Amino acid sequence: MEVSSPRTLAEALDEMGAQPATVPLAGGTDLMVAINFGRERPERVMALRRVEELHELTVNRRVRCGAGVTYTRLLEAVRDPAMVQAARTVGSPQIRNAGTLGGNLGTCSPAGDTLPVLAALDAEVVVRSAAGAERRLNLGEWMRGPKKSARRPEELVVAAEWDPAGSSQAFLKAGTRNAMVIAVANLALVVDRVRRRVGLAMGSVGPTILRAQAAEDFARGLFEEAGWERPHRPSPAAAERFGALCAEAAAPIDDVRGTAAYRRHVVAVMARRALARTAAAV
Amino acid sequence: MRVSFEVNGRQLAADVWEGESLLYVLRERLGLWGSKNACEQGECGSCSVLLDGQLVCACLVLAAAADGSRVRTVEGMEADRVGRAVQEAMVEAGGVQCGFCTPGFVVSIADLLSKDPHPGVLAVREALAGNICRCTGYVRIFEAVQKAASRL
Ligand SMILES: Cc1cc2nc3c(=O)[nH]c(=O)nc-3n(C[C@H](O)[C@H](O)[C@H](O)COP(=O)(O)OP(=O)(O)OC[C@H]3O[C@@H](n4cnc5c(N)ncnc54)[C@H](O)[C@@H]3O)c2cc1C
Ligand code: FES
Ligand code: FES
Repeated sequence: MEVSSPRTLAEALDEMGAQPATVPLAGGTDLMVAINFGRERPERVMALRRVEELHELTVNRRVRCGAGVTYTRLLEAVRDPAMVQAARTVGSPQIRNAGTLGGNLGTCSPAGDTLPVLAALDAEVVVRSAAGAERRLNLGEWMRGPKKSARRPEELVVAAEWDPAGSSQAFLKAGTRNAMVIAVANLALVVDRVRRRVGLAMGSVGPTILRAQAAEDFARGLFEEAGWERPHRPSPAAAERFGALCAEAAAPIDDVRGTAAYRRHVVAVMARRALARTAAAV
Repeated sequence: MRVSFEVNGRQLAADVWEGESLLYVLRERLGLWGSKNACEQGECGSCSVLLDGQLVCACLVLAAAADGSRVRTVEGMEADRVGRAVQEAMVEAGGVQCGFCTPGFVVSIADLLSKDPHPGVLAVREALAGNICRCTGYVRIFEAVQKAASRL
């Protein structure tokens, strides 16, 4: 095994171009587990720790979060509540201090906690290679299947970008305990009251992150009726309907973490809570 | 390859295989057995160290990638006031039974108290969520946190 530690993004991309079998290493919270257990023995590893450009984080009119930004930093700097809540549920302080957004995108697990949030925010995944121009993909384009991304061998994820969407956002996660848990199901709801758009995405209930379009349309109707600029309390019937639409959009399976039936149930419960919270927040 | 770190204020170097974790290097190459190896997958926290000031699991750090970094392990805790207060409080409160988890807890608690000298009950639970103890049931460890905090 060879290990390199480039200092700049240009250096890193050149190296990826010259040796496309190189495996990038960020916080190591996924990759090192695989290496420790002998599940992966990459011939070349490129540590991204020292690549300054990947640590950049700006939160002005548009959020740009470098791939190397850790959950701990995300939590401190980003304002979008769904992203903050998702980052806060990841692992433990030790994991949040090391694990990065780029690593979550790189692993591309259906249970990755930031992924439904990025989908609900209509975020762009920004990838780059030395040769080609920058590519920008939405989460649906990025995520091709369980642990399968659209990354080309010579590419690195450099950042994720999104428009800040205000405070009417929620992220919920169901697991067997409160900390250190892979989601049995997770869900992000983003209601942008200024742009009048609703994004709803669910994880761990299908091979990729799933959008619930019918539920989004239904919620848009509710906010239209109540007034986008005002807080409101959805009726029990509306909440029920919203939950049911989300459960219908889920495509869960039985696995060691939970049954398909439970996942469908918990998605509906989380969706109702998310709707109540976002409707109440302005 | 050869890697070097500043460990607890001392410059140390070792020859390592490129795939080795920082935990392996600390224990097997540098003879620092304080950090424990239990799961090698970030779940138990018994290998907690400070890497360039950040609390991390040493088992998830690729040693080769951390070349040139500053590492503080449980062996370096007695060098400062917070670390010493935590060690003493753990003994006094009975936060140690078999002791396997103790080094990780000491490092995590010291990290918590150095940022938040008087944490509330929930903050303590959240901060220690990455450290597992199979013996104490945690109550005495939480008492130790409060005891140490009261002395800072
Ligand atoms: C104890 C524990 C608890 C966890 N809990 C959670 C949890 O609650 N929720 C959750 O979502 N995840 C969790 N995880 C998984 C993991 O922490 C996250 O997926 C994290 O975001 C991975 O980031 P990393 O920087 O550590 O990635 P690494 O392990 O360094 O890399 C992961 C993958 O991404 C690739 N990669 C990294 N950076 C880039 C880049 N810039 N461009 C292209 N590819 C890249 C790597 O090649 C690798 O394939 C947990 C892991 C552990 C060990
Ligand atoms: S040995 Fe590192 S977390 Fe368990
Ligand atoms: S004292 Fe035995 S594991 Fe904690």
